[in-house]
Amino acid sequence: MTYIQKPSITHPGLPKNTLGLTARDYEGTVSTLCAGCGHDSVTAAIIQAVFELNIEPHMLAKMSGIGCSSKTPAYFVSEAHGFNSVHGRMPSVTTGANAANRALTYIGVSGDGDSLSIGVGQFVHAIRRNLNMCYVLENNGVYGLTKGQFSASADIGSKPKKGEANQQEPIDPISTALSLGATFIARSFSGDKEQLVPLIKGALMHNGFALVDVISPCVTFNDHVGSTKSYAHTREFYHHVVDIDFVPPAEEIKAAYEDGEAMTIELHGGSKIVLRKVDKSYDPTSRASAFKYLREHFNAGEIITGLLYIDESRKEMHDLMGNIDTPLSQLPLDTLHPGAKELKSILKRYT
Amino acid sequence: MASINDVVIKIATVNGTGSASANGLLRKAIFRMGIPVVGKNYFPSNIQGLPTWYEIRVTGAGYQSRANRLDVMVAMNAQTYTRDLADVSPGGWLIYDSTWPRSKLLDREDITVLGIPLSRMCNETFDGARARILMKNISYVGVIAALIDIDLDIVTQLIEETFADKSHLIDSNMQAIRLGFDYAMENFVCPLPKKVEALDKTKGHIVIDGNTAAGLGCMYAGATVGAWYPITPSTSLMDAFQAFCSEYRIDAETGKHTYCIIQAEDELAAIGMVLGANWNGARSFTSTSGPGISLMSEFIGFAYYAEIPAVIFNVQRTGPSTGMPTRTQQADILSSAYASHGDTKQVLLFPADPYECFGTAVAAFDFAERLQTPVMVLSDLDIGMNDWVVPEFVWDENYVPDRGKVLSAQDLEEAESFYRYLDVDGDGIPYRSLPGTHPKGSYFTRGSGHTKFGAYTEDADEYQEVVDRLLVKWETARDILPEPDIEYSKSNKAAILTIGSGHAACREALDRLQEQNVNLNYCRIKAFPIHKLAQEFIAKHDVVYVVEQNRDAQLRTLLILDAEADPKKLVPVLHYNGNPIYSDFIVEKALEEISKGQAA
Repeated sequence: MTYIQKPSITHPGLPKNTLGLTARDYEGTVSTLCAGCGHDSVTAAIIQAVFELNIEPHMLAKMSGIGCSSKTPAYFVSEAHGFNSVHGRMPSVTTGANAANRALTYIGVSGDGDSLSIGVGQFVHAIRRNLNMCYVLENNGVYGLTKGQFSASADIGSKPKKGEANQQEPIDPISTALSLGATFIARSFSGDKEQLVPLIKGALMHNGFALVDVISPCVTFNDHVGSTKSYAHTREFYHHVVDIDFVPPAEEIKAAYEDGEAMTIELHGGSKIVLRKVDKSYDPTSRASAFKYLREHFNAGEIITGLLYIDESRKEMHDLMGNIDTPLSQLPLDTLHPGAKELKSILKRYT
Repeated sequence: MASINDVVIKIATVNGTGSASANGLLRKAIFRMGIPVVGKNYFPSNIQGLPTWYEIRVTGAGYQSRANRLDVMVAMNAQTYTRDLADVSPGGWLIYDSTWPRSKLLDREDITVLGIPLSRMCNETFDGARARILMKNISYVGVIAALIDIDLDIVTQLIEETFADKSHLIDSNMQAIRLGFDYAMENFVCPLPKKVEALDKTKGHIVIDGNTAAGLGCMYAGATVGAWYPITPSTSLMDAFQAFCSEYRIDAETGKHTYCIIQAEDELAAIGMVLGANWNGARSFTSTSGPGISLMSEFIGFAYYAEIPAVIFNVQRTGPSTGMPTRTQQADILSSAYASHGDTKQVLLFPADPYECFGTAVAAFDFAERLQTPVMVLSDLDIGMNDWVVPEFVWDENYVPDRGKVLSAQDLEEAESFYRYLDVDGDGIPYRSLPGTHPKGSYFTRGSGHTKFGAYTEDADEYQEVVDRLLVKWETARDILPEPDIEYSKSNKAAILTIGSGHAACREALDRLQEQNVNLNYCRIKAFPIHKLAQEFIAKHDVVYVVEQNRDAQLRTLLILDAEADPKKLVPVLHYNGNPIYSDFIVEKALEEISKGQAA
């Protein structure tokens, strides 16, 4: 809120990125979420990722819908353009924005209610189009602003603060995205910044639809015993299967990896990601085997995290349509029609 | 009654049997003879098998609306014989396929029934079931040509143009036309007393539907992003845009598209895409119909409050609910004008015919960007999907698009500060910046309460300041939107007022009334908010017949709400059965009201 001012103390010693900006330059207004909210940790991870990627703030578009998660774009990168749209409709606004200007970097922040209930239609169709965006789904299993109703990602048997345990099948954004052909699918935990930051960086640099599903506990309505989206439950049952290191363009891979453990994938803009398999049996380039693995471990109550699927070969929306590289919004209008003389010849068809 | 160039022909066929080409051929041939002609479709919400009608009104006087009479019925559909027979005006003609014994249903003393064995002739001449059906429908073109004296050379020329790439079809089509033509010439007294005669009244004119015209207008306006969800009767608008783009929007150097058309998953997404694209500086639009507007309403309200340009074509159909998707109405006036919850009002433009659809499409983008708000173009099925004879469109080479108050990188660089919702100029229109232009231009777009500086607020005064400023913008819109068309006659204190496609019938009605020495003044509203000139016009009159095509007198309501019109003066004249309004309906209502007034 406007009356809460952020202290503007400068720290001369803060590290700068190649644009000469510090991480502070990528911050936003003060969060109005509950103290301890997982979403604030995700915001911090986004700030770090964007800072480290040297993204010019005004070349970033922050998109969201409605809900606690959707408030967060106000809390990072003040100098980016933000678009806080209506409930469940962030993907369509981002689709149109990207259609008009493909030169910007798009990050959408949504929640499980916004993406899996009211907005499930737009979520799945943005994936189908392979819209070039980073889609962060802050997943806590409940509706916070309306005080704790279950969302569609609540697990069977998960207990609310008051009332009966959930009996309906959850919608799992990861397997949904996998079945729809998403080209970058990751899951992480708001409490695991080390894993989360490189995943967000990879997602931002991926040329296509990149989903980052982040288990982000709701401290107020879903952090009690019996909830499967609490901090304690997530910590107990989550497993890294494929971690990544993000390597910027023109930088060399410095870390030493064991044979058979690492796999390097070059991204569209020249950066690379190195996949580090924690579970060697997992193959993040095979949809079928990823699906089987995830399903089996899901049935066992495990929360599988990391970069779960990647396909850099598929074209993103504009390239699928054969659109020009120049942003459409920058084409001069007088070059977009054939003029008065040609109109006469067009109209001959109607005589 | 004998007459030249004043004949109404209706053709009853079965949907999906190729009759559309035959009907188009007839209409075009008459147009090529230099005679104004009106074509109206009455078609079912169906792909194949249900009854469909096409009505051709030959009107030497150049009227644009349908006539509520029927001189020649071509009854090619046995399913609808009874009602087709009943529709023929006394003294008229009915043509039917006499291959089978004449149906008892076809008895009527006051008309002439003519039988032609079209099926038998086509079966003997052509092979294959599909060809026989198609050719039967082409053959009635020959019958009508003989009966009303259409120039067969022109028909031949049109067939040759149509099948320029498939020359083998020229012979078979002409053969079918000849079958009908020769039979009629040999067996009937041709031509009928009601016939056509060449004129030169269509020079400089075209025959086009409003959706094609609007699609062309969008291409000329420089629209680059079209997002839509298929819905009758608006689909052909985006289809037309797509077709023109595939011809004129291919980058010469790369062969790539300079447009992006997205078929959305639903109307909610379509409008979301349009807002995203306009927010980012592209000219973007959607085309839809009433049910789509209902679905889009949440976003339309968002765009009103967050002040994002958008162009929305609402090609209205018959409601409520699914209603009659292939019939016409003007029943979305209120739902469009006040689309969305909270205090919202939307700018509306009302083209009257395809000619205006072209120009209005271009203007809509200018107004949307100037006013930073959604602009809805309210067309309807009658305008959008029927063929109208209208003057050729003209493109002004000096056209300069109005992109509104958009700050460039240099503007922002030089500016001390930038606040998105500040009324700097006092016209209620703030300045906007486009994402990616300059770091100083960044702001947060939101549908939640915001201050004039663009920050989130729940403060009473800060909130109210912004929504009050939106009213200032509303008054600016009132001033800059198109003025109404106003015509004064010799009269008196009575007038007709209408919008959109009501114009054609009203124009004709004014002439008819004048023939009876009833002189009425005329006003056609072209935009909402209602222009001051229209307010003054209403104030000057004692009685205003408000002609519109809906049950609830929605335009009349709008005049009361927005133009402070005196309700007692506004007499509703309402036509809403799904068919386009016609002049006699207005004439009768007006005369009835006038005689009531005299009695009182």
